[in-house]
This record gives sequence, C-alpha cells and structure tokens, in this order.
Amino acid sequence: MNLYDYLIAPFAEFEFMRYALASVLFLAFSGAPVGVFLTMRRMSLVGDALGHAVLPGAAVGYMIGGLSLPAMSLGGFIAGMLMALLAGLVSRFTTLKEDANFAAFYLTCLAIGVILVSTNGSNIDLLHLLFGSVLAVDLPALRLVAASASVTVLTLAVIYRPLVLESIDPLFLKAVNGKGGLWHLLFLVLVVMNLVAGFQALGTLMSVGLMMLPAITARLWVKNLGGLMLLAVCFALLCGTAGLLFSYYVEIPSGPAIILFCGGLYLFSVIFGWESGVVLRWLRRGKHHQYQEPV
Amino acid sequence: MNKYWMSGLGLMLFSGAVAAAPLQVVSSFSILGDVVKQVGGDRVAVTNLVGANQDSHAYNMTAADVKKIRAAKLVLVNGLGLEKAEMMRAVKQSKVPYAEATAGIKALAAPEGGGYDHGHDHDHDHGEYDPHVWTDPVLMQKYASNVAVALIKADPANKDYYLQRLQAYSGELVKLDSYARSQFNTIPQAKRKVLTGHDSFAYMGKRYAVRFVSPQGVSSEAEPSAKQVAAIIRQVKQEGIRAIFAENIKDTRMVDKIAQETGSKIGGKLYSDALSSGAPANTYINMYRYNVRVLTDAMK
Repeated sequence: MNLYDYLIAPFAEFEFMRYALASVLFLAFSGAPVGVFLTMRRMSLVGDALGHAVLPGAAVGYMIGGLSLPAMSLGGFIAGMLMALLAGLVSRFTTLKEDANFAAFYLTCLAIGVILVSTNGSNIDLLHLLFGSVLAVDLPALRLVAASASVTVLTLAVIYRPLVLESIDPLFLKAVNGKGGLWHLLFLVLVVMNLVAGFQALGTLMSVGLMMLPAITARLWVKNLGGLMLLAVCFALLCGTAGLLFSYYVEIPSGPAIILFCGGLYLFSVIFGWESGVVLRWLRRGKHHQYQEPV
Repeated sequence: MNKYWMSGLGLMLFSGAVAAAPLQVVSSFSILGDVVKQVGGDRVAVTNLVGANQDSHAYNMTAADVKKIRAAKLVLVNGLGLEKAEMMRAVKQSKVPYAEATAGIKALAAPEGGGYDHGHDHDHDHGEYDPHVWTDPVLMQKYASNVAVALIKADPANKDYYLQRLQAYSGELVKLDSYARSQFNTIPQAKRKVLTGHDSFAYMGKRYAVRFVSPQGVSSEAEPSAKQVAAIIRQVKQEGIRAIFAENIKDTRMVDKIAQETGSKIGGKLYSDALSSGAPANTYINMYRYNVRVLTDAMK
C-alpha cells in the first residue's frame, strides 16, 4: 500500500466520501472565518444556542408541511434568524451583553419548540430528522452548503473592514458614523445562514465544531486577523480530511471523529501553541525573571 | 372521560356488571396497543402513549401521559428496554399494575454497532436485548398470551371472553406465520438479503433466514462510521442486494445515499416500530403482511 491507496483511494472509490469531503471543504472555507469573528466578539457559544433555537421553527414547518425537509429547514432558518436578530437588537438597546441575550432567547425558543412538538401529539424527533450526517450528504444538501459558503465568503470580503472595526472598537466606529448596527446584523445573518445550512447537511456537532474549534485553536498560534483566518481554514481542512479518513479506517462515527481531531489539535495547541501556549508562556516568563534578578 | 370512568368503576364495584364499562388499559406503543385491542375486544379501551407513526426512541413524557397511566386499571409495556426509563419510572410510581408483553420470551442480544458484524458504537440506548420482538409472529403467540394473562388478572370477570379471543388471535398469528413462510420460501435463501436504515428486524431475519444489513444501529441515535458505510456499499454491490428499504418514522437520508451510490432503487417503506394511522399498516397483522409483501417483491 502506498500513499495513494491510503489518502486518495477511499475518495476515488466511494461517492459518499467525495460528498463528505466537499461539504467539509465548503464548511471550512466559510465557517472558520466566521468562527474567528465569533471568538473575537466573545460569541463562541452562539452556535450551540442556535442549534436549539431552530426547534420551534422546525416544529411549525412540520405542522404546515408535514415531514418535509425543505419546510422544516425553512422554518428552522426563520426561527434562528429571528432569535439572532432579536438578541442582537436587545443587546444594542440594553446594557445586557450579547451572549446573555442569546442564552435568554434560545432557552425560550427551546421551550416553545418542545411545547409545539408535544401539543401536536407527536413523538417524532424533529431535530434528529432535520439534522443531517456528514456521511449522508446528498446533492441538494451539498448545493445548500455551497451556496451559503459562497455568499458568506463574498459578504465577508465586502464588509471586512467595517466589521473588524466594529468588533475591535465599536465606539470609534460610532464616532465616525460607521453604521455599526448594520454590519453587526449582516454578520449575524451570515452566522445563522452558515449554521442552519450546516445543521441540515451535517448535523449540529459538525457545523458548530468545525466553525469554532479551528478558530479557537488558531488564536493560540497567531495574533493578526489575516493569519488567524488563514490558519483556521487550514486547520479545519486538515482535521476534516483526517477525521474522515480515520473514520474510514477505524470504525468510529465520522462526525465525532472529525471534531475529535479538532479537539486534539486544540489541546496540542494549548500546550505548544506559538502565540499563547502554556509551554511558551512559561518559557517567556522564565526569561523575564532572569532579566529582573540582577535588579 | 374521567367521570365516565368513575361511574363505570362504580357500576362494576356495586353491581358486578360485566359489560358496563370497558377496562381502561394504557399501552406503551401502537403495535402493543393493537395486540391488546385484538385480545381485549370491546371489553377494553386502549390508549397508546406513543401512537401510530411515532417513534418510541423520541418519546417525551407529558403530564397528560402520567394522568392517563394513573387513570388506567392496567398498564402494558413491551419491556426489554424499548420504553424509556422515565416512562417505566412513572408506571412504577403510579402503583397501577403493569405487565411486560415480552416476559418469558427468549430475547436476542442487541446487535452492537450498526448490526454490521462488529462495531464500537456503544449504543446503550436499548440495553443488552433487542426489543423488536414483534417482527417474529411466532414469538407473538407468547406476547399475546402475556397480554391475555395480564388482562385476566386485572379483569377476572371476563376471563372466558379474553381466552376465547386469545385463541382466535393465536389462530390468526399462526396463519400469519405460514403466510410469511410461504412468501419467503418462494425466494432462494441466497437472495434473501435486505438493506434497511436501522436494525429492527433481527427476529424476522432469524425466523425466516433473511439477512438484514443496516448502517445505523437499533436506535435512531447511533451514527455509522465511514468504514461501515463503505463496507455495506461494497457488500450491496458484490452480493447484488436489490431490496433496499426506508422505515416509516426514521431519517431516510443514509439509506437514500447508499441506494444512490449502488445504483439501486428504494423498494418502499417498511413499518418497523409503529403502525400507520390508516392503511396499509393499521393493525399488527396488516403491518406484517404489508412488510412481507414489499420485502419479497423487492427480493425477487
């Protein structure tokens, strides 16, 4: 067995592996940069909140359209959007922080969702039906992820500067009349779009995990924003491919395998990360002490 | 409803009237509910906690369900871990007598990890036994008689009625078994291979020598590995498995994907864990006949 057999042959033989790889690719290119902005804005847990917030929308979609995926995902998208916008608006107009509002709204949404599902007399696991798996990506799901990835990358390129300013120094942007709220809302739209498309194609764990973990890990290696995004995309691609291949050779579920690779890389970086890993910080601090001793 | 039941109870207590009010029975899911209906006839009123076209694996307990359990004279559950722990707890706490329909049936061990040959799914949702006993009509004899015993215990006055109905129903089950056997026998054993999304048909497979292959385990929660899916695709291609099925209450995307990749068509829908509310699977026997028919049609 040579390298080709190990790395390329699985994708050449099986269509489902190619589809999985393609979806990981799209998710890496659009999700990881969004994740970088989310971590920068202290919104790392928004993804999980949204995963629960789509339930009432999915339930309403189910009531109207029956067990149809498009109806349920559209409902989920609308519910997620509403929650994100409301949370964003409330944090604009009150002193509450964004994460607090997200927590408040997603818990409320979850409760509404459970009530809708139960009063409907249905014991079908809507979320489980709605959320896909990386091995079962079909062409419509792939198209959905590809479309949302393309829109995300283009929009990020257009709103990059104001968004960076808004994330780092919102007061300055306000002072020069930079329409901070607009960029913020646009960004939230991107987040929801990426996540809901990802949920439907790949499931919560995959889409949130591949969005957040590489972005968080990258922060341990570099400082500047461009480097962060580039590194996050590379990490996501690396872990995605490695996890898929691992799940192909060793019998563990693919989605968790991919995220486990991301988690492993994160732990490694916590210890050895160039920018703020434990070992390097300790070494640097040691030097510091040496400089101070003669004084 | 409640008032009706109270007055019924009153009547039964004071006059010993037999046919005054039907015995209130709660069953945990639709297939068991149908068996209770067949054995109990018009002397019982059955309420299912998990109804037709609903998934026992995704059951959420409600206060109304607890109320139903407490109002009943008898609760019937499948056992072998089909019912969620919270449901069993509510039943035990209610002090209403309950019985397990699978009591005394020799259960198969739950296949671990996707039902392919080996796996590390660690899917402990169902515990160690496979609860899908109803996919074997022969075992259903014992299942139905367990139901009858429980009914008689709760309502001894109607013993003869229940016994008579049980006998009739057993006859139907025997017919069902011979129907299934004759249908499967028209197909050479080498061709009796089926791909389903979840592993719910082990008992049927054992009884009629049908080999069921499935990427996802017994529970809807488990996720397959790429290795399993690849192995199943190879197997489907090599052995020429033509019968590929989705189930009525499950996510079908995985099966769709495998069918697409192997160039085969989905043969139809199987009813695995729940009846349908109308035709073609509104009773257990209809459901079984329907499943056997579509399975054998696809294997031919």
